[in-house]
Amino acid sequence: MSTEQKPAKEGLFSKKNRSLLIDPMNANNPITVQVLGICSALAITVKLKPAIVMGLSVLVVTTMANLITSLMRNMIPNRIRIIVQLVVVAALVILVDQVLKAFVYDVSKQLSVFVGLIITNCIIMGRIEAFSLGNTPWKSVLDGLGNGAAYGGILIIVAFFRELLGNGTLLDYPVVDMLGLYDLGYKNNGMMLLPPMALIVVALIIWVQRAKTPSLIEKD
Amino acid sequence: MKFIQNIFDATRPAVTTGKLKPLYPLHNALETMMFVPDHNAHSGAHVRDAIDLKRTMVTVIFALVPALLFGIFNGGYQHYKALGLLNEAMGWGQFFTLDNFIFGAWKIVPMIAVTYMAGLGVEIYFAGINKHPVNEGFLVSGLLIPMTMPIDMPLWMVAISTIFAVLIGKEVFGGTGMNILNPALTARAFAFFAYPSFMSGDKVWVNTSVEAGQSVVDGFSGATALGQYATTGSTSFGAWDAFLGLIPGSIGETSTLLIVLGGIYLIATGIGSWKIMLGSTLGAVAMGLLFNWAAPHMITESQQQFMSIPFYYHLVFGSWAFATVFMATDPVSAAHTERGKWIYGFLVGFLGIMIRVFNPAYPEGMMLAILFMNVMAPMIDHYVVNANIQKRLKRVKA
Repeated sequence: MSTEQKPAKEGLFSKKNRSLLIDPMNANNPITVQVLGICSALAITVKLKPAIVMGLSVLVVTTMANLITSLMRNMIPNRIRIIVQLVVVAALVILVDQVLKAFVYDVSKQLSVFVGLIITNCIIMGRIEAFSLGNTPWKSVLDGLGNGAAYGGILIIVAFFRELLGNGTLLDYPVVDMLGLYDLGYKNNGMMLLPPMALIVVALIIWVQRAKTPSLIEKD
Repeated sequence: MKFIQNIFDATRPAVTTGKLKPLYPLHNALETMMFVPDHNAHSGAHVRDAIDLKRTMVTVIFALVPALLFGIFNGGYQHYKALGLLNEAMGWGQFFTLDNFIFGAWKIVPMIAVTYMAGLGVEIYFAGINKHPVNEGFLVSGLLIPMTMPIDMPLWMVAISTIFAVLIGKEVFGGTGMNILNPALTARAFAFFAYPSFMSGDKVWVNTSVEAGQSVVDGFSGATALGQYATTGSTSFGAWDAFLGLIPGSIGETSTLLIVLGGIYLIATGIGSWKIMLGSTLGAVAMGLLFNWAAPHMITESQQQFMSIPFYYHLVFGSWAFATVFMATDPVSAAHTERGKWIYGFLVGFLGIMIRVFNPAYPEGMMLAILFMNVMAPMIDHYVVNANIQKRLKRVKA
């Protein structure tokens, strides 16, 4: 195929390839621009630690899934590609789940069903469908890394504010208590712990991002 | 007066063309507040009615004042009553006293001031960004927000709730007139979910701070009537006291009598929609009667007790009256079509009483009912308009 010949001439980190890695961070962010993967962003961002673990898990799954499907892309019959993709993603998710259970059991319990639900995370299926089925392995890996990192980044930002304002802690370290704010009459904001506040925090991030990135502002 | 005018004239170049341009909305707002603007309409005038947003808002403020003043007196009255310093036999002689007023004002006036500062701060900031003058939308919200709060609410919580309401409830949708939710209730809902221990329970409605030599009377409970119903299935307050307002509760909502007076004033001036108010009354009465009918069939005794209270109790206890008159009638977030107003009002009353009785976590349901119906209002309007189109189409075809 014609796509096979190009990468030989192209450097590993050519401008095009770098944009695959960097674009998802801002102008093509899976959560704040494409608004994918919102469900898990609401569910596991109450605290920072599960959010970091979840971000890493998705990063691994989306990178590996992109790589594997990209390697197989010329062998997969078009009609059953969704089934093949699901098998790949499901196998990876089970691997990740087992690793989490083995090494960070407490976080794995907090994440509970949401690790399994990485399978249905729209970002992963979206990247496979839209990118790795038509691109070379190296590009697909970069794309997966970029999107996974962008997803995890937003998760961590949201969880940072929710844990700090809702619980007064960061990674279970009592920051607000150390600053002595409770003695001044400060109280934790219970609404931060409720799922709607995750949506509002994501919305505020979108607001800031759009204000800072003129290319994202729609003309009306 | 002349010297104030001179100050405005002297500072005008700085904010219109000079370095302080971001402060122009503030300058403009303060000037039009103090003086009649001296500019005329640029093109042909199309004024059909002398009433504008500013006068609408001031009318609502007038309607709120009796309930606010009563709330200030009641704040002191409940405080001194809890400390056992009042002679119950003297009745009203113990209510309208300077002590009560000073104590209430000392707690409530700072709340109002903080609300206006926080809310107008956000409004002025956004007026500067969007390059439009500050409009009067916040005048009423700024008074409504403290009136829906308990008297012991810390000021910084009031400020944060206000900022959240103005920012998320109003400015992100495009400012006054574009909001989906009632901003004052957004502030209250935020405070309710963010700081539940300051917004519900039996500790917050009466200030029980004691000085040396004072103590709270034995057996004192600061629970509201609905709080008592939710926990014990009965209340120690009489319906008559509740109608007059001599009960603990949020600052502005206790006196049904004065709220009804404000409501009549709003209806007479044409500012508040009588359809929404009457609809909400019918809805609350319908739900109350439905509960009375269903009460004997309920399984648990506490539910039977709560559901069998006379339907008119629901109209005097809790915030039904305040919410119906001042919150549900917000012209922006309510339904806009005339038939829609009936449906909207009816469901506000109906759902409010339903949440109040059925959900033990929320002793009062009017806030949630109105916010819910705010979200539903555009849908109601959509179907009312469509029904009208269908009706007229039929007439054309026939």
